[in-house]
Amino acid sequence: MKNKSSNNFPYIPNTDTEKQLMLDAIGVSNFVDLVKEIPAKYINPEIDIPEDLSEQDLVKLLESISSKNRSIASFDASFLGAGVYDHYVPSIVKSIVQRGEFVTAYTPYQPEVSQGTLQVGFEFQTFISEITGMDVSNSGMYDGPTAFAEACLMAVRIKRNKNIGVLHSVDEKLVDVLKTYTMFQDVNIIKIEKDQLDKDDLNLSCLAFQNPNSVGEIEDIKKITELAHKNNILAIAHVSPIYHGMYESPGKYGVDIVTAEGQSLGVPTSFGGPFIGLFASKKEYIRHMPGRIIGKTKDKDNNDAFVLTLQTREQHIRRENATSNICTSTQLISLIVTVYLATLGKYGFNELAHLCYQKAHYAASEISKIKGFEIYNKKFFNEFVIICPDYPRNINNFLLENNILGGKDVSKRINNGLMIAVTEKNSKHQIDRLINCLGNYKC
Amino acid sequence: MLKNHNNNTKLLLDISNEGRRAFTLPECDVPSQEITDKDNLISNINLPEVSQLDLVRYFTNLSQKNFSIDTNFYPLGSCTMKYNPKVNDQIASLDGFSGIHPYQPQETVQGAIELLYDLQKLLGKVTGLEGVSLSPLAGAQGEYSGLLIARMFHESNGDSKRNIALVPDSAHGTNPASAKMAGLEVVTVKSDEEGNIDIENLKELANEKTAVFMITIPSTLGIFEPNILEITKIIHENGGLVYADGANLNALLGLVKLSDLGVDICHSNLHKTFSTPHGGGGPGSGPVMVNSKLKKFLPYPVAEKNNNDYNLIKPENSIGTINGFYGSFLIAVRAYSYIRSLGKNGIKSISENAIINANYIQSQLKDFYEVFSDRYCMHETVISAKKQKKNGISALDIAKRLLDYGVHAPTMYFPLIVEEALMIEPTESETKETLDNFISIMLKIHDEVTNSPEVVKNAPHNVFHKRLDEALAARNPILKWKK
Repeated sequence: MKNKSSNNFPYIPNTDTEKQLMLDAIGVSNFVDLVKEIPAKYINPEIDIPEDLSEQDLVKLLESISSKNRSIASFDASFLGAGVYDHYVPSIVKSIVQRGEFVTAYTPYQPEVSQGTLQVGFEFQTFISEITGMDVSNSGMYDGPTAFAEACLMAVRIKRNKNIGVLHSVDEKLVDVLKTYTMFQDVNIIKIEKDQLDKDDLNLSCLAFQNPNSVGEIEDIKKITELAHKNNILAIAHVSPIYHGMYESPGKYGVDIVTAEGQSLGVPTSFGGPFIGLFASKKEYIRHMPGRIIGKTKDKDNNDAFVLTLQTREQHIRRENATSNICTSTQLISLIVTVYLATLGKYGFNELAHLCYQKAHYAASEISKIKGFEIYNKKFFNEFVIICPDYPRNINNFLLENNILGGKDVSKRINNGLMIAVTEKNSKHQIDRLINCLGNYKC
Repeated sequence: MLKNHNNNTKLLLDISNEGRRAFTLPECDVPSQEITDKDNLISNINLPEVSQLDLVRYFTNLSQKNFSIDTNFYPLGSCTMKYNPKVNDQIASLDGFSGIHPYQPQETVQGAIELLYDLQKLLGKVTGLEGVSLSPLAGAQGEYSGLLIARMFHESNGDSKRNIALVPDSAHGTNPASAKMAGLEVVTVKSDEEGNIDIENLKELANEKTAVFMITIPSTLGIFEPNILEITKIIHENGGLVYADGANLNALLGLVKLSDLGVDICHSNLHKTFSTPHGGGGPGSGPVMVNSKLKKFLPYPVAEKNNNDYNLIKPENSIGTINGFYGSFLIAVRAYSYIRSLGKNGIKSISENAIINANYIQSQLKDFYEVFSDRYCMHETVISAKKQKKNGISALDIAKRLLDYGVHAPTMYFPLIVEEALMIEPTESETKETLDNFISIMLKIHDEVTNSPEVVKNAPHNVFHKRLDEALAARNPILKWKK
């Protein structure tokens, strides 16, 4: 039924007639004359991929692929976290982030026509500085783990010491990315055990830790930071942003560089990406910082406006001497985070943290009453580890049979450990179902 | 263009008003739990208190201070600002894609892994490099992964003395920056006056210490390297690997496979060639692709199919994990959807139209602006404002003047080897009418350079702001809100 016009692709508008007009203007008779420098024997190869699809057929195909996934919402409840959390996303966030003016702009290289992107970025830096308690934030990194790795490399540059100290309780994923980021660089990654923390002869550029740590336990930020500073090394904290909605910021304790996974701030779980890495530091280290930074300036009429600044740190100017190779990062995700934080606001963000805390502690206290189950943590926020009477994978399978997405198996760290995350989205009813199921579990 | 209609740089904390709310949270439905750790509790954080309507207006008004593909012609060279189909955004927002957790059991996310597997296949077919990992989160991460693969390959051959990356002087800045991160020493290869790789210089530099040669195809000058087969042969004879920066593959889609040209490793930016939106600076995705002998070094994860099961696996000698999870999944969804919508004929049509459009612009401008090379270009053309410079007008001035006419500026001062460069990439998405309009604006500006240079020198006049003082921002960094 197709009326075959010369042009069948909605995204490629020029007709054969127009193409010919252009070829004539160029002064060639056909397209092949334009690409004669490509070795003739390799031109126009057979590409074995499927034929084109109409939009309707495309949507049908992709819907059928997506329906082979079970989304979090399709379960009766989910307690999966471990760095990626299912929080409620306000409608305004979803609506604003669809605006084509934000979505289809490039990196703001022409600031006079990019003030939307730039001002949002400035708001983002403001909010992240507030939450972390740091002097300055950049405009975002790829994700939490890469931000963490870049922070450690930044400490190496600042201290000119190739030893990176990482507290043993840091998530193995962060350490893995750090290893890949430093694979052929002359640096050492040194795991620091808790009992080494009283020493005062640490020869390191930094002491990097995670709070809450990889099993949800709250670390003593004050003590770790003081120890780092006593040894003249930098303290790097990889934090949960929502935890700092109810507890003092890492900046208050003197931490030098703060990184975080920003996903929890309005970004869908998205099978792991795209997310955003948060990165903030003390002012004195700013010229060592990776990533883009937005600053305030004036136009010729003396109006305030915003621009990319301190670009002499970056690869497009410094090439191999840049602070990082990062170029495209996560500007649109920073828009999500900015709208999310502005929507929650001064008290809402604090209330959110309390809701997560209350629900998680209710869940833990009820689970601790079930025979055979124990809570590992002494101090935690919205995530804790249950020591189970059986392998965590068996518990998770049992929960799955009951249409519950269980926790993260952390038995590599804690024998029979199952880490449970609770957010404001988990109703009491859902938590009670989890408790009920665990109560019915038979080894 | 609306001028100064909302030229209000008040920030959210400036319009914040004690007691306003944009959102309420649900009541706590569990019995109250005592907070055991009462030290260091805080009761609020310095975030704004603004009504929901005011927030919507604030961000909507800000959005209108952007040029974007949806609103303006955006011929920003090397960035491939093509149309970003709306259907792809709609598909990416399906709950079955955006609402899945990366730690879910693999049997509950088979559709997601199937999509990654199929996209790997499609990218492998297009480039001829069939080992693919979609993990890299942007071009620079794809590059870094590719370079680690090269190093691991040499090490596995007991050839660990190879520590030099040869990089052309026309390369993008991420090339040398990534090479440095990979512990490689960067040695620059010269271009000849035609903009091609200087073969004699390459022969002198290639030796038993060459780990990898990084080449951008087409080069950042927008031209195809006519000696490509000889170049890749020289590198291979010296035991090195050829890395192609295929960030922008728009010119090559369906026209020629990188593998046939002798390329061993490449990356490609899904946020350029494969139409996923740029988002004002990301998120992107920069898959890395390799030939079969390098497959086992790919970063985690690679999607595999066994019978009817899809799995994410870590290749045997993988360089490791380069980010939190499995790459920019929702970007991969959009790119997959894009390739499937165009199919094999559409893919070929992209490169053909992109090349014709760029050459059309070049042919119409070359009598007025110096064109770097009088050869036919590929998907973009690099012109120079050298002639205009004699009237005191720089590439920057011309770029700013274009904004007044509602066109986003081309890439300026890149590649570095061209004086007063303006790099123009129209893409295949634009109609002949749009190209003709752009050409007539460029000719108008050319006239202005002679007849009213001050107008160009002081541009822009009609957009939201006059020219900004970038030096001031760096001299006196103000990086967050202050009362």
